Amino acid sequence: MSLLRRFLRTPEAVAGALILAALVAMALAAPLLFPRDPLSIAGPALLPPFQDWSLPLGTDRLGRDVLAELFHGARTSIAVGLAAAATSIAIGATIGTLAGFAGGLTDEVLMRITDAFQTVPGFLLALAFVSVVGPSLAVVVIAIALGAWTGPARVARAEVLSIRERDYVASARVIGMHPLEIAFREVLPNALPPVLALSSIIVAAAILVEAALSFLGLGDPNRVTWGGMIAEGRAVLRSAPFLSIIPGIALVLTVLGVYLAGEGFVEASAARKRQS
Amino acid sequence: MSVRLTVEKLGVSYRGDGRETEVLKDVSFELRAGERLAIIGESGSGKSTLALAIAGLLPAGSRVDGNVRWPELGRQPINGRDLGFVFQDPSSSLNPVLTIGEQIAEVVRAHLGMAWREAYAHAEMLLGRVRLPDPASALRAFPHQLSGGQRQRVAIAEAIAARPSLLIADEATSALDTIVQADIVKLIEELVVEDGVSLMFISHDIALASQIADRIAVFRHGRLVEIGEAEQIVDAPREAYTKSLLAAHMGLDTPSLLSPEAVA
Amino acid sequence: MLLLRRRLIGAIPVLLIVVVGTFLLLEAAPGDAVDAYVGMTGGDAGLIAELRQTWGLDQPALARLAAYLWSLAHLDLGYSVTFSRPIRDVILERLPNTLLLMGSATALSFGAGSLLGIVAGARPGSFRDRFLSIGSLALYAVPGFWLGLVLTVLFSVQLRWFPSSGIETIASGKAGVSRALDIAQHLVLPVAALGIIYLALYLRVMRAGMAEIWRMDFVLAARAKGISRRRIVWRHVARNALLPLVTMLGLQSAAMLGGSVVIESVFSIPGLGRLAQEAVGSRDTPLLLGIILVSAVLVILINLVVDMLYAVLDPRVGASEESA
Repeated sequence: MSLLRRFLRTPEAVAGALILAALVAMALAAPLLFPRDPLSIAGPALLPPFQDWSLPLGTDRLGRDVLAELFHGARTSIAVGLAAAATSIAIGATIGTLAGFAGGLTDEVLMRITDAFQTVPGFLLALAFVSVVGPSLAVVVIAIALGAWTGPARVARAEVLSIRERDYVASARVIGMHPLEIAFREVLPNALPPVLALSSIIVAAAILVEAALSFLGLGDPNRVTWGGMIAEGRAVLRSAPFLSIIPGIALVLTVLGVYLAGEGFVEASAARKRQS
Repeated sequence: MSVRLTVEKLGVSYRGDGRETEVLKDVSFELRAGERLAIIGESGSGKSTLALAIAGLLPAGSRVDGNVRWPELGRQPINGRDLGFVFQDPSSSLNPVLTIGEQIAEVVRAHLGMAWREAYAHAEMLLGRVRLPDPASALRAFPHQLSGGQRQRVAIAEAIAARPSLLIADEATSALDTIVQADIVKLIEELVVEDGVSLMFISHDIALASQIADRIAVFRHGRLVEIGEAEQIVDAPREAYTKSLLAAHMGLDTPSLLSPEAVA
Repeated sequence: MLLLRRRLIGAIPVLLIVVVGTFLLLEAAPGDAVDAYVGMTGGDAGLIAELRQTWGLDQPALARLAAYLWSLAHLDLGYSVTFSRPIRDVILERLPNTLLLMGSATALSFGAGSLLGIVAGARPGSFRDRFLSIGSLALYAVPGFWLGLVLTVLFSVQLRWFPSSGIETIASGKAGVSRALDIAQHLVLPVAALGIIYLALYLRVMRAGMAEIWRMDFVLAARAKGISRRRIVWRHVARNALLPLVTMLGLQSAAMLGGSVVIESVFSIPGLGRLAQEAVGSRDTPLLLGIILVSAVLVILINLVVDMLYAVLDPRVGASEESA
């Protein structure tokens, strides 16, 4: 049975896939539906939701269209979530492969560095990095990856340790391939699947960290972010709580969608493995 | 001798992945009081399923046909109270994080109505009965601190704690090395005689089984192939399958107790 | 004790890497402490040069790293320009509030999470199992800071049950039990906001652990022994499933410390996290790095305690350490 059919068999996975599809549609449609700068003023300030159908979700303190902000915010969340996860997995897989394949002192040093990164709270590290380098989308992505690469590194190392003694690695040694070439051509691709299984958790965590950074005013100031919207609404939390609540719901649904789809995918591939 | 256990047309099937697999078909036999019956078969013959079915320990989703009756009891048997069960591998059948004392005492407490303090004292006595050295300190030990043979003695102490009338030993010696194996078989034999317990000794090793059993039942593919007195089965088997079992050096999975290779 | 000593020795290189890392980050920061100081107080070029000399900032980088390590060895974290006080004193003043918040959130999430995990895992596949599993996944997706705001709207603005900010009523003159109650009341919402995501996590780990333990031979053996189902669930299954949960407790301590940064900011709790945000706001990089360093030490200590706890809960640990 195909992976997709197995995936679609669990209702949770389908729900996750639907949420993610809606999110991607929002992100793609944002510039078409709301071509204006979402940070520009669209109407009277603090218009509650469901009052004016040209501004369905109302406006914020500065009269910006909440729905437009929500759509454009989806772009930031997806971009940061995917980029940060890709960066963490790339860094983690590289370091884990090097450590596991080289062994000895290299392994020891790299693993102590991994320990050090796991000892420092990732969010504090991200905070310090952004505050030192200055907030921009790329910096936020790197800041998040700084705290998230250690998981993939450990998994990759463990996989590499089990793979490096196998026959095809030995034969690559015999034909005189360069060790680094063996590590990254022969070993890494085979060590990757369990590392990639972590990706949904990393994407979800990255989205949450980005939101928290933006909430503290450390997101890219030129982009709409859901975390920034929540922070913006906080000033009028007592009179207009919806301004903070609406982007938060979008955030919860997105992260939930990532978890559900990820879990469904892991289960489906495990089931396929059992069958074969 | 009175009949202790009657198995009538017992059938068991497991459901899983939309299919139903029949693992035990139309099995009938009797077990008398104080009798020692060996159940022999290769892995997959259904012999362990038979043991689990008698103890009511089959996994959820299994279907059971036929009957298991306990004529002397006149009620449903209670695990631990009426039947004791010794599993194959004592390194996995004992809880790794509880003391030996607690694991024996909990059986005593559940079935003999003792308080914890008395139950521990009783557990110490039981450890003496299964001849574990220094029972008092063994009470406070954890499973990993004992050897494989000692762990199996503990498991036997748990099984006989409430003086059940039936002891089921499911491959109880096959995870142990040959010398320890012989000791454990001897211990089971003695306890069975002392307490007048009926024994179901499940094994893949027909030689080992013939040492301990009064009667032998041979299983294959979920069916009872033949059942009879131990000497008759060993010396004059009726079924071709039993003959092939005996011919195959009396051991199927591992070297048997009597085979010379096992010692080398 | 062998375990303790080995762990302490193992922590030294890790801490050293953290120190060098923070130092490099400090180097990368545009401007130094003098710029920050002059930026606040004003001063001419002569003063700047003089300050650089007295603070040793005119030295080469390696010499400054050595000086930094030397002062750290004397538990001197440097001087905070924004607070005009030694960084160590500022951090020590804030630390208890963070520890209180984290400790309470850990107790809540671990206690309630493991209990609910046992409820769910006692009967795998049952309705309450599925309900709790899906519910915990949903909770696990909720960002703590947003949950904090929602709880504030509900319980502080609407119902007026709990205060929305601070760690205690300012200048209330309360002492003893009434002060403790006051602090407890202030902690309810932040602890819930910080702890619920971990509650969901511990629930899931406990449930998954129990599902695995149910398949173990010793559980079947326990059923064959005829002991009560309640005893099997608690003493055999849950007791073993607790072990991975305890490991999790140590692993999550760094994440929870990071989470408390945002929660302290939401509820204006004067703790380490709020201090970090203030350090970012006033560009007080040495203070920020001091906080990171202290956090790392804290995480190492928490993991040490968790390791000890694990050794108590799992009798096999001591044996493997001895034979290793």
